[in-house]
Amino acid sequence: MIPAAFDYYRPETMDDVIAILQEHGDDARVMAGGHSLIPMMKLRMADVPHLIDLQAIDGLSDITIEGNRITLGAMVTQHDLIAHDGLTAAAPILQETALQIADPQVRYMGTVGGNVANGDPGNDMPGLMQCLDATINLIGPDGARSVAARDYYESAYMTAREDDEVLVSVSFDTPSGGHAYEKQKRKIGDYATAAAAVQIANSGGIVASASIAMTNLSDVPVWSDDAAKALIGTSCDADAVKAAVAAMLGDIDPSEDNRGPVAFKRHVAGVILTRAITRAWSRTTSRA
Amino acid sequence: MNDMTPDREERSANLKGMGCSRKRVEDARFTQGKGNYVDDIKLPGMLHGDFVRSPYAHAKVVSVNKEAALALPGVVAVLTAEDLAPLNLHWMPTLAGDKQMVLADGKVLFQGQEVAFVVASDRYIAADAVELVEVEYEELPVITDPFESLKSDVVLRPDLDGQTEGAHGPRKHHNHIFTWEQGDEAGTNQVLDNAEVVAEETMYYHRTHPCPLETCGSVASMDKVNGKLTLWGTFQAPHVVRTVASLLSGIEEHNIRVVSPDIGGGFGNKVGVYPGYVCSIVASIVTGVPVKWVEDRMENLMSTAFARDYHMTGKISATKEGKITGLHCHVTADHGGFDACADPTKFPAGFMNICTGSYDIPVAYLAVDGVYTNKAPGGVSYRCSFRVTEAVYFIERMIEVLAIELDMDAAELRRINFIKKEQFPYTAALGWEYDSGDYHTAWDKALKTVDYDGLRKEQAERVEAFKRGETRKLMGIGLTFFTEIVGAGPVKNCDILGMGMFDSCEIRIHPTGSAIARLGTISQGQGHATTFAQILASEIGISADSITIEEGDTDTAPYGLGTYGSRSTPVAGAATAMAGRKIRAKAQMIAAYLLEVHDDDVEFDIDRFVVKGAPEKFKTMKEIAYAAYNQAIPGIEPGLEAVSYYDPPNMTYPFGAYVCVMDIDVDTGVPEIRRFYALDDCGTRINPMIIEGQIHGGLTEALAVALGQEIAYDDIGNVKTGTLMDFFLPTAWEVPNYETDYTVTPSPHHPIGAKGVGESPHVGGVPCFSNAVQDAFRAFGLRHTNMPHDHWRIWQTANKLGLHE
Ligand SMILES: Cc1cc2nc3c(=O)[nH]c(=O)nc-3n(C[C@H](O)[C@H](O)[C@H](O)COP(=O)(O)OP(=O)(O)OC[C@H]3O[C@@H](n4cnc5c(N)ncnc54)[C@H](O)[C@@H]3O)c2cc1C
Repeated sequence: MIPAAFDYYRPETMDDVIAILQEHGDDARVMAGGHSLIPMMKLRMADVPHLIDLQAIDGLSDITIEGNRITLGAMVTQHDLIAHDGLTAAAPILQETALQIADPQVRYMGTVGGNVANGDPGNDMPGLMQCLDATINLIGPDGARSVAARDYYESAYMTAREDDEVLVSVSFDTPSGGHAYEKQKRKIGDYATAAAAVQIANSGGIVASASIAMTNLSDVPVWSDDAAKALIGTSCDADAVKAAVAAMLGDIDPSEDNRGPVAFKRHVAGVILTRAITRAWSRTTSRA
Repeated sequence: MNDMTPDREERSANLKGMGCSRKRVEDARFTQGKGNYVDDIKLPGMLHGDFVRSPYAHAKVVSVNKEAALALPGVVAVLTAEDLAPLNLHWMPTLAGDKQMVLADGKVLFQGQEVAFVVASDRYIAADAVELVEVEYEELPVITDPFESLKSDVVLRPDLDGQTEGAHGPRKHHNHIFTWEQGDEAGTNQVLDNAEVVAEETMYYHRTHPCPLETCGSVASMDKVNGKLTLWGTFQAPHVVRTVASLLSGIEEHNIRVVSPDIGGGFGNKVGVYPGYVCSIVASIVTGVPVKWVEDRMENLMSTAFARDYHMTGKISATKEGKITGLHCHVTADHGGFDACADPTKFPAGFMNICTGSYDIPVAYLAVDGVYTNKAPGGVSYRCSFRVTEAVYFIERMIEVLAIELDMDAAELRRINFIKKEQFPYTAALGWEYDSGDYHTAWDKALKTVDYDGLRKEQAERVEAFKRGETRKLMGIGLTFFTEIVGAGPVKNCDILGMGMFDSCEIRIHPTGSAIARLGTISQGQGHATTFAQILASEIGISADSITIEEGDTDTAPYGLGTYGSRSTPVAGAATAMAGRKIRAKAQMIAAYLLEVHDDDVEFDIDRFVVKGAPEKFKTMKEIAYAAYNQAIPGIEPGLEAVSYYDPPNMTYPFGAYVCVMDIDVDTGVPEIRRFYALDDCGTRINPMIIEGQIHGGLTEALAVALGQEIAYDDIGNVKTGTLMDFFLPTAWEVPNYETDYTVTPSPHHPIGAKGVGESPHVGGVPCFSNAVQDAFRAFGLRHTNMPHDHWRIWQTANKLGLHE
């Protein structure tokens, strides 16, 4: 577990970051918290001759809540999400999710940007961002652009981001209604066997809107529009939940690993989603 | 003299002797990062070694091209089997009477096997050079299943071709290693054939790994001027390593110094001799400078000694009332590519023949077949005495299965079959003589404390609620009563490579009344520096705080067989007490001289010798120590020192009663441990706090093994669990709150009655956690399902029983 040799850069401006990225192409990579990248380098599964540390770039660590819009800077850590009271009040699903990522040590280092950019199907933030219909804001040699989280993931470790682009922030509207992030894992510090992010809005006992995304059940996060549609307009009764689960099962495509065979994962995905919907819904009614 | 006057009480407390929860003297340095581990050793000019390892589980090594690696600046050497062959070090003997390749000699037998050893000026360069060594392999058919291996035409070990006799008798097949038989086969079969009730079960105790936090490593330094080799390493048995190193290298033993510095956990993983040790020595001899080798986590999990991997088939017979009449056990033992088990020489399956457990079973038979496969070698005793975890798991599962067969309560079935207090010393059907025990008392105490009857009632209600669809959680009550066999062992039947398994202690009392004691054992976290000082404090009347305990340096410590199998307290602890008694005997003569009375007229009293009947006339041990060095005493040599080599007359047999209560989510397979109660009887208790710590640690490793920790291979021999992402190491989060309890049944043959405790909780814990999972499904028809009980396997059990719709 000794990485190959690499050059280390710690630029202070985004322009410098992009210049280095342009110069070295896919031989260069940015590093945020390093808690996904460094293990990959140590295992020599990632070869990064030019490593660009983002820690010295200003302005990437802000959490801003402006009116209905929430923006998380790329270098906001998972710990920051947990500790931010305003954020927790506005979008409690972020804290609930972050608390289920890794352990406190990892969360002090791991960032929102790194988690979203990494493209590992096991990461929890991508599914969450799809559930929230977040926008991923990038900057590159040609300036800034935004991509919807729901369009961002192409396959494992492949995303819409170009090699010379940097993720600067994610933003999304303040979610309404009840929320739940439900995750089954084998132990602390493990990625999900199955996880579900759910937001539901309740209007007079009827589901007004819903959004559902699943994690680690395909090579990309799975935002299941059909599952959400199965709930909308219902009273979120057992049959509706069953229909949502059935729709979700049509969208996921888990593969066998040490966490278990496909049949198990599909079963657990259903259980986890059922629980997430139930909890999210109970939170709407308790608020109403 | 025996009344505890306040003065005597205070003097006794000042000693911090046996029975006191003295804080661990080691912890100051460990908790402040001031330990000194192998990787902390840095010597001038030191080079670093790293291995090229096989990606294949079975392949011919066609060629090794070192050129590109040697061309990398900083690379000093690349060693292959060819380079070691002239020194006859390309193979080495194993502790089990087999031999093992140090570096691949024409073929590889498991994924991760050592193929070449790169030596470079820097650890990073060594790692880069490993990638530059070009090895050409030709893949061979892979066998990962021992049953298949015994049927296969593929010869895994051509080096043994035609060898029909192995280290432990005849070999039945070219991939067979040994058959080990114990007990009365004909007698057992006869009882089974005529029994009123017979329960049969096949179970697999999966392969796992001790996974100490510190991986294995060594630093070798050959001083060519004075001909001395110094070897620092992660050795649970430093003296044995010295002897082996001498035999292998031809360097005379007095010219080899082996040092085990601080060791970050061993659990059996650091008993054997690894290619890395040999290669660091050879590289230092070749280069003339010190060479360090420290493996990483993946290397540790993939190539150093695994544990378990026993396929066990049992038959147990009983009367209709549940009195057990006979036990039959067959094991197919997967040893991997080489037989590198770490057992006493005469015991190729360790003490598996303790598998009659805590029960009075009149007749029994055990046969173990060792088999080669394309998996890593090992077979060490992971936090247990030799194969005792396997034996206890086997019998405790057989008891549960028999209870199902008899439709009887498993606690009651145990109770009516326990060896009774008055039967000790008890000779078991497979030969061992249990020294002491009081099982009924321990069992009754355990069941009463947990309100066993109440738990069963609650469980029955839960089953009904589950059937009515009111809950999706089942409740399991795990029971285990275990008897261990530790403290190997009597020299008459226990040796390692011919070295009898005695142990030793040497004590020097300093003139001012403090002392140093050195032992042949080596702590890996057990707290020897704390507890052995306590034994000595009680024996010689010098405060434990004034006694230094030193282990691990073969130049200074007396010869011993090391620390594993809970042998330190039973053997070296006994040696410590015996050496202390020699000190005391001489001190008595000195005291008598100083007090001007006859030797017999003084008696020992806590920290002094007093004149019998005149307690105001005394000499403290401090005064006696001073006198030993500063005045001429007629007929007595100056100084106050003693050494004892202790050959135990028997093993010790700690026991315990464990209960685990678990709630299992049938839909997700997630188990939740509601309660874990552990009653341990380790005889005399030296330091209750350390005992408690040992029990917590052992139980946690038991939880790991029972609920998920495994070394799994795919069909072509790839290790699927090579990192801590997949290899389960529980954290504080996964671990329940343990309730500990005890009874005290001293060992009658041990000088202080102590039995050893470091491994009991693991031995008893694994079946207890497993039984809890399995018990949860008993009401739905489950007889047995194999560990590890991770989420998906528990889910699968529920699924097979039709509990999902
Ligand atoms: C023991 C352990 C357990 C973990 N458990 C979980 C878990 O349960 N759930 C989970 O979601 N994660 C888990 N993680 C991962 C953790 O959350 C990581 O920190 C996170 O995935 C990556 O964030 P990072 O800041 O460390 O990114 P880095 O490791 O620095 O980078 C990750 C990748 O993203 C790229 N990247 C980083 N920042 C940017 C940017 N601003 N723009 C463009 N590309 C960028 C890097 O080039 C790299 O390819 C775990 C990690 C560990 C070590």
